[in-house]
Amino acid sequence: MKKMFPGALIALIAMSLLSACSSDRQTAVQTGIEQQILHLGNGDEPSDVDPHVTTGMPEAHLQYALFEGLVTKNGKTLEPEPAVAESWTMSEDGKTYTFKIRNTARWSNGDEITAEDFIWSWQRALLPALGNQYAYSLNVIRNAEQFNRGEITDFSEVGVKALDKYTLQVELNHPVPYFLELLDHHSLYPVHRATIEKFGAADQRGTRWTRPENFVGNGGFVIKEWQPNKVFSVKKNPLYWDAENIRLNEIHFYPIQQSTTEERMYRAGQLHITKTVPSAKLEQYHAENDPALRSFSFLGTYNYLLNTTKPPLDDVRVRKALAYSIDREQITSKVTKGGQVPAFHFTPPFENGYQATANIPYDIEQAKALLSEAGYPNGEGFPAITIMYNTMEDHQKIAVVIQQMWKRALNINVNIQNQDWKVFLATLRTGDYQVARSGWVGDYYDPNTFLDVFVTDGGNNKTGWSNARYDELIVLAANTVDEQQRLAYFQEAEALLVEEVPTIPIYTYATNSLVHPSVKNWHNNLMDYYSYKHVYLDASNNE
Amino acid sequence: MLAFIIRRSLQAIPVILVVITVTFFMVRAAPGGPFDEERTAPPEVLRALNAQYNLDAPAWKQYTDYVINLLKGDMGPSFKFPGRSVNEIIADGFPVTLELSFYAILIALFIGLIAGVIASLRPNTAQDYVPMSTAMAGICLPNFVLGPLLILCFGIWLDWVPVSGWGYTPGDKILPAITLGSTYAAYIARITRGSMLEVLSQDYIRTARAKGLSTFRIITLHASRGGIVPVISFLGPALAGLLSGSFVVETIFQIPGLGRFYVQAAFNRDYTVILGCTIFFSVLIILFNLLADILLVWLNPRLRQQSRERG
Repeated sequence: MKKMFPGALIALIAMSLLSACSSDRQTAVQTGIEQQILHLGNGDEPSDVDPHVTTGMPEAHLQYALFEGLVTKNGKTLEPEPAVAESWTMSEDGKTYTFKIRNTARWSNGDEITAEDFIWSWQRALLPALGNQYAYSLNVIRNAEQFNRGEITDFSEVGVKALDKYTLQVELNHPVPYFLELLDHHSLYPVHRATIEKFGAADQRGTRWTRPENFVGNGGFVIKEWQPNKVFSVKKNPLYWDAENIRLNEIHFYPIQQSTTEERMYRAGQLHITKTVPSAKLEQYHAENDPALRSFSFLGTYNYLLNTTKPPLDDVRVRKALAYSIDREQITSKVTKGGQVPAFHFTPPFENGYQATANIPYDIEQAKALLSEAGYPNGEGFPAITIMYNTMEDHQKIAVVIQQMWKRALNINVNIQNQDWKVFLATLRTGDYQVARSGWVGDYYDPNTFLDVFVTDGGNNKTGWSNARYDELIVLAANTVDEQQRLAYFQEAEALLVEEVPTIPIYTYATNSLVHPSVKNWHNNLMDYYSYKHVYLDASNNE
Repeated sequence: MLAFIIRRSLQAIPVILVVITVTFFMVRAAPGGPFDEERTAPPEVLRALNAQYNLDAPAWKQYTDYVINLLKGDMGPSFKFPGRSVNEIIADGFPVTLELSFYAILIALFIGLIAGVIASLRPNTAQDYVPMSTAMAGICLPNFVLGPLLILCFGIWLDWVPVSGWGYTPGDKILPAITLGSTYAAYIARITRGSMLEVLSQDYIRTARAKGLSTFRIITLHASRGGIVPVISFLGPALAGLLSGSFVVETIFQIPGLGRFYVQAAFNRDYTVILGCTIFFSVLIILFNLLADILLVWLNPRLRQQSRERG
């Protein structure tokens, strides 16, 4: 008994210390509900919040709170809605837009927002030396691309001008039916000129203007605190033109890379909303029918790229044989299991009209016949090919399954090889691959954001595929005002992709997240876009 | 002693120079650059980015510019986090990593020393086997298994401590420190047991026992000084390992330490951050080893004599 005493004493002290930290403490979620503070997971650590410098979704989620474009999107339907511009008109040819800026719009330091602010901001976004990787979002504006390339230096030649203090006119190269949606892209957000110039040149990256103490924005929130790798918090901007409709006082974004960590934080009451759910946990949430689980489609396609410049994949029959022998249903139901939808064409369905009619069939007999026709009956003589993917468990699982499917259906040998992300990108850039995993997510809500990828020599077309008619169709669609005709061009382009298979679509992305029942007006949507304006926290009624 | 310290410090300079040079050219030799993204930027944009960060200069020029700036104390800007300098990243992240490592080493010493001494008192009995088997389990159990297990038990089931975060409540430091310290506790226990067994078998301890001193007094007054020496020589590399290897624990528990930045930088090809952290950790490792050596020389009269003779 005497010998056991020190051990027991240590254990007792440890237990008391632990339990002292414990049970009746209020969780962040509970405090958040009382004080209208939303806690949410946000993926990677944001690199910056300068809208003309950043490229990723974690940054975009912060920018939705900190900035506002001429137009915003409805958080539920994604329809364009007035924002800084209270109204707009479009010319008959669809090439000129005139925006009326609301005279109540203010920067967070109280300055008025004028048409000149947009002109200066877009000029900055296009300055060649800034190195804005998303400057091409403005390319639809007349001469914007030439200015960004440095071919013209006088910004007055770019199609943007102020008709008066509150009226902005924008001239486009051609009619752009998705132009209003583009206006909500971060690269077109306005930035506060005086603040930026106070901390450096307009084309200087990484100056101190985005620090919480210096920041001036025009969104519903301003930066409260930024502790790298810990939390990025924003607080309500009382000078926002529609501040009275904002109910949240603060939003705390947590950079959480591990989905398992995020899910544990949710269960422990530290988060209202998670960005992801670990795939291993999805079944359990489904089985328990947990109302917190939200599964929703996302405007993106998981696909395999085929290098069409090298044998044997330079033969369209081989590419078709590979595409026809993948059982996509099996991949989504047995491997990914997260609500993904099998994709039989590259462009995912758009709820507002476009649904591709061309389909890649799942037909093993036809695949075998095509391979035989290409000179490889029952796979004989077919050289081993390699599937390349960036290191990630899910990519590996899918590659292994497809490797087996091709072996079983076509009797061909397939190697799989993983690479670190940056190595993988370099491999794709140099075209040193045969089959590579890829994913494409829409930048705006229009089929063009997908089909534009595969134009000849397009920066993102890494397959080497080129088709003159396809290129022509994309240009024709870009210059057509008639919506039905435009969609018909897209259908024809999609049919060419299905016919020539430079890419094998596998599934349409889905996202899963956990949302605490106290969070109201939180709408998950195809663009992973969030309007925080109408969100509030209320534990009393579970609507 | 002073001569010993000066000699060891001078030896460190070429080591650090080699580290800088090798790291500088190795990170640039790795495929993929800091501005490679899934959406390929136009060549004009990439040119502008390379120009902003001096990546368009020849490698030797980049290297000499870097070393000159480094001598001025400027480690350059991060490529991934445009608004932050490497100096700031280290200044923000290191205190957190240091604090976490400090708690971890305290826990490691507390548990390891007690377990090691207890085990050494009755070798090859249950009193030895139990703590030593636990220590072996501690060595074998990786942090990424232990951490989530502790979280599940104490954070979610019992709800005693937060499952993640740093600096919100005192309780959020307990589980990360235990997770990080456990492996080192296990090593310390095994080292302590071995050295204590050796010390306890020596004549002066037998004499002390013959004089009728209690076990507690023998351990604390006579055996501990000799028994602790191998633990101290282990502490230098252990602290260095704790500081540079806390990445896994920092990730599991959402701790904003330097380890996370370091590893993220490697994935992002954030050249300046990789270099800055490597140099910083190299200096620390050299420093901790030096401190451990000084402590050893101070504790061990024979080594003190040797250092004086060389000196």
